[in-house]
Amino acid sequence: MTALVIAEHNNKSLNVATLNAIAAAASIGGEIHVLVAGQDCGAVAQAAAQVAGVTKVLSVDAPHYAHALAENLAPLVVSLAPAYSHLLVAATTSGKNVMPRIAALLDVAQLSDIIEVKSADTFVRPIYAGNVLATVQSVDAIKAITVRTTAFDPVATSGGSAAIETMAAGPDAGLSQFVGEELTKSSRPELAAADIIVSGGRGVGSAENFKIIEALADKLGAAVGASRAAVDAGYVPNDYQVGQTGKVVAPQLYVAIGISGAIQHLAGMKDSKVIVAINKDEEAPIFQVADYGLVGDLFKEVPALVDALGK
Amino acid sequence: MEREAMEFDVVIVGGGPSGLACAIRLRQLAAESGHDLSVCLIDKGSEIGAHILSGAVIEPRALNELLPDWKDRGAPLNTLVGTDRFLFLTETRAIRFPTPPQMHNEGNYIVSLGNVCRWLAQQAEALGVDIYPGFAAAEVLYHDDGSVKGVATGDMGRHKDGSEGPNFAPGMELHAKQTIFAEGVRGSLTKTLFARFKLREGVDPQVFGLGVKELWEVRPEKYQQGLVTHTVGWPMDSKTYGGSFCYHLEDNLVAIGFVTGLNYENPYLSPFEEMQRFKTHPAIRDTFEGGRRVSYGARAISAGGFQSIPKLSFPGGLLVGDTAGFLNVPKIKGTHTAMKSGMTAAESVFELLRAENEPGKEAVDYPHRLKNTWLWDELYRVRNIKPSFHWGLWPAMAYGALDTYVLRGKAPWTLHHHPDHEALKPAAQCREIVYPKPDGVLTFDRLSSVFLSNTNHEEDQPCHLTLHDDTVPTRLNLAVYAGPEQRYCPAGVYEFVEEAGQQQLRINAQNCVHCKTCDIKDPSQNINWVTPEGGGGPNYPNM
Amino acid sequence: MAGIAIPHVTYANLEDEMKILVAVKRAIDYNVKARPKSDGTGVDLANVKMSMNPFDEIAVEEAIRLQEAGKAGEIVVVSVGTAACQETLRTAMAMGADRGILVQSDDEVQPLAVAKLLKAIVDKEQPGLVILGKQAIDDDSNQTGQMLAGLLGWGQGTFAAKVEIGDGSANVKREVDGGIQTIALKLPLVVTADLRLNEPRYVKLPNIMKAKKKPLDTVTPADLGVDIAPRLKLLKVTEPPARAGGVKVADVNELVAKLRNEAKVI
Repeated sequence: MTALVIAEHNNKSLNVATLNAIAAAASIGGEIHVLVAGQDCGAVAQAAAQVAGVTKVLSVDAPHYAHALAENLAPLVVSLAPAYSHLLVAATTSGKNVMPRIAALLDVAQLSDIIEVKSADTFVRPIYAGNVLATVQSVDAIKAITVRTTAFDPVATSGGSAAIETMAAGPDAGLSQFVGEELTKSSRPELAAADIIVSGGRGVGSAENFKIIEALADKLGAAVGASRAAVDAGYVPNDYQVGQTGKVVAPQLYVAIGISGAIQHLAGMKDSKVIVAINKDEEAPIFQVADYGLVGDLFKEVPALVDALGK
Repeated sequence: MEREAMEFDVVIVGGGPSGLACAIRLRQLAAESGHDLSVCLIDKGSEIGAHILSGAVIEPRALNELLPDWKDRGAPLNTLVGTDRFLFLTETRAIRFPTPPQMHNEGNYIVSLGNVCRWLAQQAEALGVDIYPGFAAAEVLYHDDGSVKGVATGDMGRHKDGSEGPNFAPGMELHAKQTIFAEGVRGSLTKTLFARFKLREGVDPQVFGLGVKELWEVRPEKYQQGLVTHTVGWPMDSKTYGGSFCYHLEDNLVAIGFVTGLNYENPYLSPFEEMQRFKTHPAIRDTFEGGRRVSYGARAISAGGFQSIPKLSFPGGLLVGDTAGFLNVPKIKGTHTAMKSGMTAAESVFELLRAENEPGKEAVDYPHRLKNTWLWDELYRVRNIKPSFHWGLWPAMAYGALDTYVLRGKAPWTLHHHPDHEALKPAAQCREIVYPKPDGVLTFDRLSSVFLSNTNHEEDQPCHLTLHDDTVPTRLNLAVYAGPEQRYCPAGVYEFVEEAGQQQLRINAQNCVHCKTCDIKDPSQNINWVTPEGGGGPNYPNM
Repeated sequence: MAGIAIPHVTYANLEDEMKILVAVKRAIDYNVKARPKSDGTGVDLANVKMSMNPFDEIAVEEAIRLQEAGKAGEIVVVSVGTAACQETLRTAMAMGADRGILVQSDDEVQPLAVAKLLKAIVDKEQPGLVILGKQAIDDDSNQTGQMLAGLLGWGQGTFAAKVEIGDGSANVKREVDGGIQTIALKLPLVVTADLRLNEPRYVKLPNIMKAKKKPLDTVTPADLGVDIAPRLKLLKVTEPPARAGGVKVADVNELVAKLRNEAKVI
């Protein structure tokens, strides 16, 4: 039983999401190989070889793999697949893009967004926006899997000493071409895709005061969210809303400030990996779900937090 | 503003039991006589049944008349009432009383009225009724001669400030020879018709209750299909009208609800929290232990009965169902009467249009026809029971026994109603009620409850809870009545929050479950409930 | 006067224009909270409101906008599922799609099988563009579009935020983690719609009436020669465990220390 994990990278460094996917592969058991397909991506292959638990790195270098376009990457993985029992990739937009194409070409079902490994063929995955967990068994010989990164702690980046095997590239399918990328580095990340979200609620008190929230978000490189109460009160626009009718988010870190924790809001963020709550009301329901709670005046604590983070 | 218009013979506003029964009867008559007529029914809910909430134990009398083969057609009437209990509660005890005769339920069914309406809609569509859920009738249209010309559906895609958004779609005019208003309790268009055609002149004011209902899936050992329980007494004091229902439907589902008379006096009273507190009674809580709550909702009930029935016809249209108010209060049933009124209206309208195929005529014989049906007799006989509760629970129970057993509903007098919104006493004259905190297992807060009603409204639209005077909430409601809207609203729509050192009313219109209580109970009638964008509001399953 | 937004399309002038196929799924309404049945065998959908999957609504809207912009001809909508899916197809046709195809099955049809069924329809209909929602809000699989593209050997513009149809190719702006990626893809092509692609129009009453008269064909998986046997066995469904509260920290310094050293999230 050997698993092949498709590395996500930018040709220079390994995306940390890959480490979560490797962790999922590790909990299945068996050997773990990592595929690094890219352009001039030797450094990535080197890094992958160091990762704890990885026994082999397959390195493929060609210009048409530079941007992990599914039309080119999928046939490559398909050609390697017969040697493997499991194919895994992090459920990032890149992983979600390529894995179903691979699965279809192999004529196997895909298991999307797994959050738990029950056995080599049985997995738990959220459905209905996380309101329901399904335990699913695959009857296919090869399991094609995308991994919800927040559900598996990343494996260590060191401790491994895998051999790097260089493979020949497949042809360019000629269907797709990378044109460009606008990464939202300068401004704040999108709510749906952010690793960290700082959210404000009615406790923030006014649109003006939301600057306090934004300052913390900028310090953390986080997206800004809001509770429905804050949106209804007109402090921030609709598209900031986390919860029932807004977005369901699952970042690594969710900081809820001045949010009491109405169920709509909790439903929208309860899948976050770590939740921090800052609220002056010790009895606020948000503290029942927060990993770290700080009872205090947000107007004092949040600026203090910004300072503390700067140290 | 110019709008597109569509022409029908009959437009029905509202897809509840009365509107659907009316639509079905119209198409049946058309088919029987060969005199075709087009029937269009619109409903503000996202689908038929989405806004329907009732107990419900229904008497199949009207359904038997409308669709005698309802069983073969798969009507969702699956649970016959079995054991029927009537309890008087004190804080710690439950005393079983004989079930009053009106409340006997032999041959009646425990149903989800929402599911019954979904099924009725299928029957209506099969008969050729055009049914359009998701379209709210927002405005009554008139001919130059003042007769009703039809209705206009609400605009879609306006911003909060009323300006047109990128996807703006203006409402449609639906023109009809007869427009039938089947809006349910406290219809927002019916309210304007009352004023315009003076339909309430000479009749008692309508009075209301607020029913708060939950649906539970209980543990199999706590479940007894067909069991019906009603209670009076605790947690209401003897001056406040209220009581509960608890019905065991199919599949381990139990409907539990508490109805509070909206003529309550103490502004600190919270119907929602009375319901929560009620569930903790030792005779009640056991059923729900280990179960899970699966749905929640609330709806006002018309309880005025016979003496509150308004004039039912006007040029170009009619009122049917609970927007007029045909609930039999002691029987606590209104589905059969609502349907009967719709069916009777259909017969009048059909005859009228067959004789005079003209718009704007008045189907004057509708009330006369209705008076010759069992509906009228049934409501007449029980007319004094509800108003007698004005004297308090015990005198009313005694009077009810006298009226029912001795006078048999034929008392030579009629007791009268007083408007609910005038009943509130200033907070200073009342005792503050401190309700227990919800435990999150048996009792809950408002927001986690509304969550289960699947309620939503498009966020960016004009607020559908309009105030005649913005200063009233703080100046009058808060100052004199301690802000009763934050307590009577079962959905947490109204909140007083501090802003710039002042208490201000905040209206969370998105939460609104369309129960209409605010429109009824606001002390100075300052709140006017109008329809939001079609499709908004609760999405009740199985309620 | 406010007219009907959808232009009248005659098939004669569509012959040379690109046909668009849009796949739509009937799913739980996005306002309704799903709940596992107490015996864990599935999700309780009895009498709950069902609607067109919201991402599919965006897909239909995009097709109509392309048609309105003169970039496309006929719009064919396809759904896979029970007879009730006709309602979903009628909704798409009320929005502006020209014709519907229901692949009727009372059995569960998983994404791989849906992709195979859609491929069979594509082989027959020969569209130049297939648009789907990026995922359905019931099973949250996010697979069908990519699978279909793979089976067809076409390019895939997934998670689309913008679609620009050119001559023989299209530029698709994609919502990727951390930003927007633009790729050029050869036509024919599969696109999957993300949230920001457009805001679907309101369906108008007269169009609902007209949609009742638009053609709707029904076929079965057997007609299309596709085996839809499921490959994934649903063993059970449960409610997610309630999240337990953690610790209270005394001050921001303790909080930062915990986040850095214990949770390791900053």
